Amino acid sequence: MLRSVRSLHIRSQTLVKGRGLANAAPKFPAQSQGHLPTSNSPLVSKLQFFNSVTSESGQIPTYRVLDGMGKLIDGAEVPDALSEDFARRLYENMQLLPTLDNLLYNVQRQGKISFYVTSYGEEATIIGSAAALAPDDEVLGQYREMGVLLWRGFGVNSVMAQCFGNQEDKSGKGRQMPMHFGSPELHFHTISSTLATQIPHAAGVGYALKRDPSRRGKNVAVVYFGEGAASEGDFHAGMLLASTIPAPTVFIARNNGFAISTPASEQFYGDGIAARGPGYGVDTVRVDGNDILAVLNAVKEARRRCLESGRAVLIEAMTYRVGHHSTSDDSFAYRGRQEVEDRKKIDNPITRFRLFMESQGWWSSDEEEELKRRLKKDVLEAFKRAEGVKRHQLKELFSDVYGGQEPWNIKEQREELASLLKKYGEVWEPWRNELGNFQDKGQELFKE
Amino acid sequence: MIISSGVLARRTVKRRIPGFTIRWQSTTGVEPPPAGGHLPSVATSQYLRLTREAAFRTPGLSWADEDGSSPARNIVGGRETRKMNTYQAVRDAMSVAMMKDDTAVVFGEDVAFGGVFRCTMGLAEEFGRERVFNTPLTEQGIAGFAIGLASMGQTAIAEIQFSDYIFPAFDQIVNEAAKFRYRSGGQFNVGKLTIRTPTMAVGHGALYHSQSPEGFFMGASGLKIVIPRSPIQAKGLLLSSIRDPNPVIFMEPKILYRSAVEQVPIDDYELPIGRAETLTAGSDLTVLTWGTPVYHCEAALHMLADPPSSLERLIPPSLRSAKIELIDLRTILPWDVDTVTESVSRTGRLVIVHEASQTAGVGAEIAAEVQKRCFLKLHAPVKRVTGWDVPVGCQYEKFIIPDSLRILDGIMESLNY
Repeated sequence: MLRSVRSLHIRSQTLVKGRGLANAAPKFPAQSQGHLPTSNSPLVSKLQFFNSVTSESGQIPTYRVLDGMGKLIDGAEVPDALSEDFARRLYENMQLLPTLDNLLYNVQRQGKISFYVTSYGEEATIIGSAAALAPDDEVLGQYREMGVLLWRGFGVNSVMAQCFGNQEDKSGKGRQMPMHFGSPELHFHTISSTLATQIPHAAGVGYALKRDPSRRGKNVAVVYFGEGAASEGDFHAGMLLASTIPAPTVFIARNNGFAISTPASEQFYGDGIAARGPGYGVDTVRVDGNDILAVLNAVKEARRRCLESGRAVLIEAMTYRVGHHSTSDDSFAYRGRQEVEDRKKIDNPITRFRLFMESQGWWSSDEEEELKRRLKKDVLEAFKRAEGVKRHQLKELFSDVYGGQEPWNIKEQREELASLLKKYGEVWEPWRNELGNFQDKGQELFKE
Repeated sequence: MIISSGVLARRTVKRRIPGFTIRWQSTTGVEPPPAGGHLPSVATSQYLRLTREAAFRTPGLSWADEDGSSPARNIVGGRETRKMNTYQAVRDAMSVAMMKDDTAVVFGEDVAFGGVFRCTMGLAEEFGRERVFNTPLTEQGIAGFAIGLASMGQTAIAEIQFSDYIFPAFDQIVNEAAKFRYRSGGQFNVGKLTIRTPTMAVGHGALYHSQSPEGFFMGASGLKIVIPRSPIQAKGLLLSSIRDPNPVIFMEPKILYRSAVEQVPIDDYELPIGRAETLTAGSDLTVLTWGTPVYHCEAALHMLADPPSSLERLIPPSLRSAKIELIDLRTILPWDVDTVTESVSRTGRLVIVHEASQTAGVGAEIAAEVQKRCFLKLHAPVKRVTGWDVPVGCQYEKFIIPDSLRILDGIMESLNY
């Protein structure tokens, strides 16, 4: 159902066809001929190839709780902890994402911030998984996971500070591009642009948690990445390490169908990311990423297993990237406008949950109006405030390269910049204008 | 140059090439001693400290087991040394680090049984498999895993089996480890990360067991790069590297694992990172090097002062009394600009020796900085004696890696300029 969009449908058809040769369900003789000394694999007399991790060569199923209209599907269960208050909190946080996205996407268009990445369409995956974690589980993200921080109380002011890179930006003192958040207090490791590098880090973080007596058995490492990033060697390395050197690490793949312009069909030929998990000996589940209750249940159970076994668990959340890849991308250059419009209507994770909330009598259109108005106001206020805040001192461009004593080359180069500023800072307009944006206008550099 | 270490070969077999074994063949060690007498080799180097007293006089040595506030005492009287080769000293450093720091773990390919160079011998038995363990064969994974551990404030001592195989981890090292503190505004860091890796030529290592990749990392601000020359240096510098608040790549010249032997203090001590060491004082020319070529330089200095008869007519008598200053750089990044420029300002001449190829090598960076700072003091262009700009071809190694003769020639060229 999730794959009902035409291009994906065609893809799955080709997949089935492509697998035709090796598609017959493997039926091995009941009588085992023993096994090799290095393996438990039964020896068989019939030559047979296979190409699926499920029996009957089907695809790994997708776990779902709510249908597109927000109704419980047959046999599905609502998460235990789903009180009205909790559901409202989920919903508010889901709504906060597009509110921030709408504003920050547009102000990027006006040149007020340099870059932005929206979460459109992935709200359920991000908020649902964040809500299933303990607040002090260590999270390593790719860049489309701002919702995890928001869920943990990061606040819209911190979002703005980072996007503007102003002096309130603790994530990176204005050094990184917008959307590269980090917060040790909220156990969210600073984002970097390099795709998938955080995946083997997560295995190390998981191992560190296991070695820390105060956190062993209590916390997991959680790593998010897109289906495109999963093509990097670091994905392979991270999965391999967390399974071989057992470490409590939850891997969450956001399979949103696209890596910039590259459709998932050009990213891999197998059964998505989930099919790779068993190859590493990792417990794996595929979940409807637009169904927040399914994500919540799946991540909760993944986390439980991960803690219990002390080993990696993989979740593939099937979703759809409704927005452009980033503000530097026009996605209609490689996919139909109608396709995206259809997807927004047919399978909107926020609408789906709202319908569920309404069916429980937990939400009304008045509350919807009020929430939207309030969030918009909060976001706009934070934005206007952040716009007026100066950047860090200019000297911060040289700090934190090293811990401990500053090496001579950095010290000398800092002094060289200071003397250049002294000489030209007032007369060279490009510098003069720029210096005005910094706290103390770079003056602190000559005072040292 | 005579580095005779027949045993080393058996440890340098890379199991990546199943059934392929390389045996040590000394291309020079089998020759009879030159008529001028034995030249110094690693085995007879003056720079190795063969007595306990000499070991304690190692410049810059500071004991790490003493509280700085405690009253001074006669440390020489109360301490011991043990004869160790370089791999034993490396092992000793890791043992000391792990003993004092419960978070410290050692991992990499094949480290659990002791490592292909024996550097982790017995550590798994001593500290358990949770702290000393094998990883799957993935360098990017090893570096990434180590970064994750270190980001949690735990001490990660990772091994890359040969520095030739560090390139799969280049992204993790340059984009992640080096930039971790800066990009997070100082909120996160991987200062407790150390990557150890055997480096430099070994006589028969060919393209992928001979490389000196320090230059590739020299532009990665945020990293430190350290290369020791001997057992005392290896232990002291490795302990400093493990405890330095920055990620350090620690490159161990693999030909010295067995050949360099010294009396090494058994206690916990450190040697300073970022500081070069002047091995021989001089006033006419400065030779700057690090790692294995320290010993080739030593031999070259002897050949200049007291030429073997075969070279006698090629070495002008006027040059033989030249006073050459030899400096071991030890830290490649950040390098000790003060010691080097002070020396060159006195001598007016600089010869830089390294095994890595020339173009954009570490020598290029140092030469540029020295000409900037010592322009008016230089009597000759900075001379670089390095590997050629070619991969290390197996049967050609003797003519690729600079040996004592090429160093001697470079010194004479500079002196004659």
